[in-house]
Amino acid sequence: MNLSDFKDHFEQLRTDDPGSLIGQVRREGFHVLDKAGLPTKRNEEWKYTDMGKVFSHEYFFDSGLPACSLAPAEVDVIRLPGHDNANEIVFVNGRFEPQLSKIRSPQDQLTVLPLEDAASGTYKETIREYLGCSSAYIKDGIHALNTSFIHGAVFVHVHEEQELNRPLYIYHISDARQCHILSQPRSLIYVDRKAKVQLAETFATLGASECFTNQVTEVIIQNNAIVEYYKIQNETANASQVSTTHIRQIGCSKVHTVTVTLNGGMIRNNLNVIMEAAGNEAHLFGLYLLNGHTHADNHTLADHVQPNCLSNELYKGILDNDATGVFNGKIMVRPGAQKTNAYQTNKNILLSEDATINTKPQLEIFADDVKCSHGCTVGQLDENALFYLRARGIPKPDAQELLLKAFALDILDQIKPELLRSYVENLITERLSASKK
Amino acid sequence: MLSITNIHASIEGKQILNGINLSIKAGEVHAIMGPNGSGKSTLASVLAGREEYEVTEGSVTFLEKDLLEMAPEDRAREGLFLAFQYPVEIPGVSTTNFIKAAVNEKREYQGEEPLDAVSFMKLMKAKMAMLQIDQSLLSRSINEGFSGGEKKRNEIFQMAMLEPRLMILDEMDSGLDIDALRIVANGIHKLRNEHNAILIITHYQRLLDYLQPDFVHVLYNGRIVKSGTKELALELEENGYDMIKGEADLITAE
Repeated sequence: MNLSDFKDHFEQLRTDDPGSLIGQVRREGFHVLDKAGLPTKRNEEWKYTDMGKVFSHEYFFDSGLPACSLAPAEVDVIRLPGHDNANEIVFVNGRFEPQLSKIRSPQDQLTVLPLEDAASGTYKETIREYLGCSSAYIKDGIHALNTSFIHGAVFVHVHEEQELNRPLYIYHISDARQCHILSQPRSLIYVDRKAKVQLAETFATLGASECFTNQVTEVIIQNNAIVEYYKIQNETANASQVSTTHIRQIGCSKVHTVTVTLNGGMIRNNLNVIMEAAGNEAHLFGLYLLNGHTHADNHTLADHVQPNCLSNELYKGILDNDATGVFNGKIMVRPGAQKTNAYQTNKNILLSEDATINTKPQLEIFADDVKCSHGCTVGQLDENALFYLRARGIPKPDAQELLLKAFALDILDQIKPELLRSYVENLITERLSASKK
Repeated sequence: MLSITNIHASIEGKQILNGINLSIKAGEVHAIMGPNGSGKSTLASVLAGREEYEVTEGSVTFLEKDLLEMAPEDRAREGLFLAFQYPVEIPGVSTTNFIKAAVNEKREYQGEEPLDAVSFMKLMKAKMAMLQIDQSLLSRSINEGFSGGEKKRNEIFQMAMLEPRLMILDEMDSGLDIDALRIVANGIHKLRNEHNAILIITHYQRLLDYLQPDFVHVLYNGRIVKSGTKELALELEENGYDMIKGEADLITAE
């Protein structure tokens, strides 16, 4: 598909509700898409991630999509452990499906609405202010593509002073059993003052046709709120995605994210944390365990706008076979963001001759009283450690597995909900023991 | 038990061992001494199977089997144990789980049932008492943040758990204070019996006072240039290596 295909499609939609708030955001998005076009490798931000192949397929998307035909039981493929006690938001082919979703927290704690409904009701001002805020940071065509076709999006409000005792799981299912699918889910999550919430997003594709998920989640965090955000990517090779999570800490707050990438085709993650209030704290963790031909690109941004903020980032990768990985960690310290503490580390283990990692720290510092550090390593398993284990009678493949698991452990330990942690641990153990050599 | 015949070994093209012959029988304690760079630790590494070392000539039989043909893990499971001069820190792998895996690997190799949790704990408690090692040390990651003495004690603890036939102690006494040395040496002493053997690599007399070797060998330039009884070690302690070096250099020159 190329730009003119999307253009044609957008023109057809133009008639629907041009004056509405969301219609306006869509048009602005389309304007950017039209101007920027779809990114190629010539674009610095996409230098190591070639989306050419992803866009070579003819996808069904937006109004061309068949109506949701999933039975509730079919959602089970994606359900995360502890779902019986969780709030579950289900997207199918990029559209929020209220029928399949289950909100278990009471209404005075948590509101989940179709974005269109929220925009025409009491949340109009909130949405006017915050919807599309990520566009100022990601000016490429793929991001604008999502915005151009915002449809079936969701709005979430975690109410003031509410510490949710149930996590909020967001499932993205694409039904690629009949045709190639482009899913473009969109969420706006507003976490109010003194609220606390654990969010987890995960993805699944049904069927063997090509699927491209272009997801955007915007999270707005108010004063004294605490947000944990987990992303688990364990898809099949026919599923590619650009997964954007844009977090604005507009009040003094804490955010803790863990991104785990295990399987898929072409994967690009954009994780932005914008620290817009003094005293913000952000922890960004990531683990990518790649094999086959999977490509995973983690682009992160810790943007220190205000003084006295802390960002702490650790991403770790294990790459096998022909897998390729990209880590691009940007730390921005704006003028006036004094007393910034910003730390970043990226560590990689390559298990095969053909695996590749491109890792790039990117620090832009415009304040003079700051503490920033960054570092990256790329290497093989520690031969001394391997020998030590073998010298005690542990066979080489088992010793390798032990060491790799240990390498992944400090990211795994950052997944705070115990059920989620053991779920991911099992996925990792399975993977490592299946790829023993 | 162990028979080393004319071993030559090199690392990165550099010849370190130049024809070592050594035979160790069950129940014996041998000590290898020698100046820095004489090849002592290389010999230990070659026996344990470190892959960076290339054996260019010679053979080693261990319990009637060709040792050099075996992978390091198989050597361990056959009953060879190297106590490392520098034990490796492995963050993220718990010491207890590691030792349990090692014990059960060996049992499986020898056709025995794996130990259940209760018998394993019982065995561990007994050996811990013997070496005065603290439980808290074993619940930590392997050697992570251990002091020099704790690392060495952990080596001997593993040795006690695995009950090897041949114990190779590579500079076990370095980094140990007098009290720790006594505990470790007493521990090793208790592991001795007529079925196993010990090969001690050391610079000093201290450990030998405790372990009373049957034979002492002096390694120099990758060869054993002198062998004797424990009195040889005392002599070396007194006079240093110079005399032996001189004799050996003279012979080489001829």
